[in-house]
Amino acid sequence: MTTFETVIGLEVHLQLKTKTKIFCGCRNEFGHEPNTNVCPVCLGLPGTLPVLNRQVLLDGVKVGLALNCTINNFVKFDRKNYFYPDLPKGYQISQFDLPIARQGYLDIVVDGTSKRIGITRAHLEEDAGKLVHDAVNNGSLVDYNRTGTPLVEIVSEPDLRSAQEAYEYLTALKLTLSYLGVSDCDMEKGSLRCDANVSIRPVGQEKLGTKTELKNLNSFSALKRAVEFEVTRQTGVILSGGQVVQETLLWNDDQGAAVAMRSKEQAHDYRYFPEPDLVPFTLEANQVQLLREGLPELPYVKLARFMARYGLNHYDAFILVQDQGLASFFEVCVKAHADAKKVANWLIGPLMKEMNERKKSFIGMSLTPQAMVAIIQKVETGVISNVIGKEVLALVLDTGKAVDAIIEEKGLAQVSDDEALGKVVDDIIAANPAAVAEIKGGKTGAIGFLVGQALKKMQGKANPKKINEILSRRLQDV
Amino acid sequence: MVDDKTVRYIAALARLHIEAADEGKFARELEAILHYVEKLGVLDVTAVKPTSHVLDVENVFRDDAVKPGLSQEQALAFSVDKLNGSYKVPRVIE
Ligand SMILES: [Zn+2]
Repeated sequence: MTTFETVIGLEVHLQLKTKTKIFCGCRNEFGHEPNTNVCPVCLGLPGTLPVLNRQVLLDGVKVGLALNCTINNFVKFDRKNYFYPDLPKGYQISQFDLPIARQGYLDIVVDGTSKRIGITRAHLEEDAGKLVHDAVNNGSLVDYNRTGTPLVEIVSEPDLRSAQEAYEYLTALKLTLSYLGVSDCDMEKGSLRCDANVSIRPVGQEKLGTKTELKNLNSFSALKRAVEFEVTRQTGVILSGGQVVQETLLWNDDQGAAVAMRSKEQAHDYRYFPEPDLVPFTLEANQVQLLREGLPELPYVKLARFMARYGLNHYDAFILVQDQGLASFFEVCVKAHADAKKVANWLIGPLMKEMNERKKSFIGMSLTPQAMVAIIQKVETGVISNVIGKEVLALVLDTGKAVDAIIEEKGLAQVSDDEALGKVVDDIIAANPAAVAEIKGGKTGAIGFLVGQALKKMQGKANPKKINEILSRRLQDV
Repeated sequence: MVDDKTVRYIAALARLHIEAADEGKFARELEAILHYVEKLGVLDVTAVKPTSHVLDVENVFRDDAVKPGLSQEQALAFSVDKLNGSYKVPRVIE
């Protein structure tokens, strides 16, 4: 039986978060009443002229540089012509043969092996409006607020060989883009959108099979599921003697199936031609160099450095670099506390737990490195227990108060004084004669039970080592 | 060579309705236009730099600053049909 190889290329649209739209001064914001964030330019009224937002070009170059692309020093815009109600002009201003960036790559890791995925190009274009079909049964409603939102379209080479590779590529792409600060990169909100071109071919065959385009992949899991579905479908078509038809399929994540889009049946003949309303743009080499130097350290470079410099394992370093703010916070903490592994554990464990509970990224947390390090040190020196340390962290985040003040106010300091602890131990011994008898009989396992009882009574504020000492001494006397 | 099939294809792309009886006429007219433009082919342009724009102007930008636009009422004033602050169009099914 023929075995098939999967070939996938991804087209990713990234909404830039500039203050204004790409060609007009309308706010680049969402959540407004329909058609209140529009002007004659983005509505495509006759006699208006688009003018490029400088920041959009700069952000686009940053994206190209982060993806290891060659930046074209001469770029122009083109019209992509098609009729659809979400496109008021009857064409989308995009870039055809002279995009801002080309021939880059992104490295991904699949099953522990690194693989380089080619990036064909990245170009600038304007977003379309939004169509609502549900509100009325005899028509569709159009909201042009989104029209003219700046987009960077990033097209990969057909280098991906499985749904898993596509997933890893999108993950790596999102992480890399998120470091640039040019977009929210939020798939749920649509600021990062993904289409997949999928085909299969017999293993060993050079020529690509007929591809289909999957749209409406609104999450990472949707991408994976949709590609898996489509590969199975295409394999079935070919094995039963049929041929894959080139078409656009709309993924329905609830149904776990893709259906052909009827509305865009027409052959893709976009009749691109140079946009006469926008002059071309040149990028000086020194301008590009400045942008390159201004790029932040990118996540995969940071990951490698965290492992080499701080001796972190890949797992810990990988988690830290997922959140750019958290990664920087880690480095500041490590300056004040040399045990990097311990600091990493506190951030990945208790701190990330608090972040998840509050549904916030590190940026949204009001925590100073001094406070974090103070908590770690209080635990190390036995002033508070590990459990109480986590509680103090939560209180710092809730109240913004100083670590010492919280420990003092709430009386959270660990009790180490012999007299107070001795009293508790005596109570526990008195209350658990059976366990004491067991220990006396040589079953020392019950000691742990008694220590646990004492700690419980002290609500975690007792020093376990001390309790153990006192208990051993007292048991000899009994 | 522009034939009837090409005319129908272009009409479909442009969302134009053309009567079958007129296809031949449009084919001849489009053919004539293409033929006219083809005259440029006789010129020797080997020394002319290719260009996408007639103006010798580059790098016209605007700053990323907000400018007031239209109100919803103004925006919808151009519509033939509207509902709930939106333009209403014939149903497009996805
Ligand atoms: Zn506008």
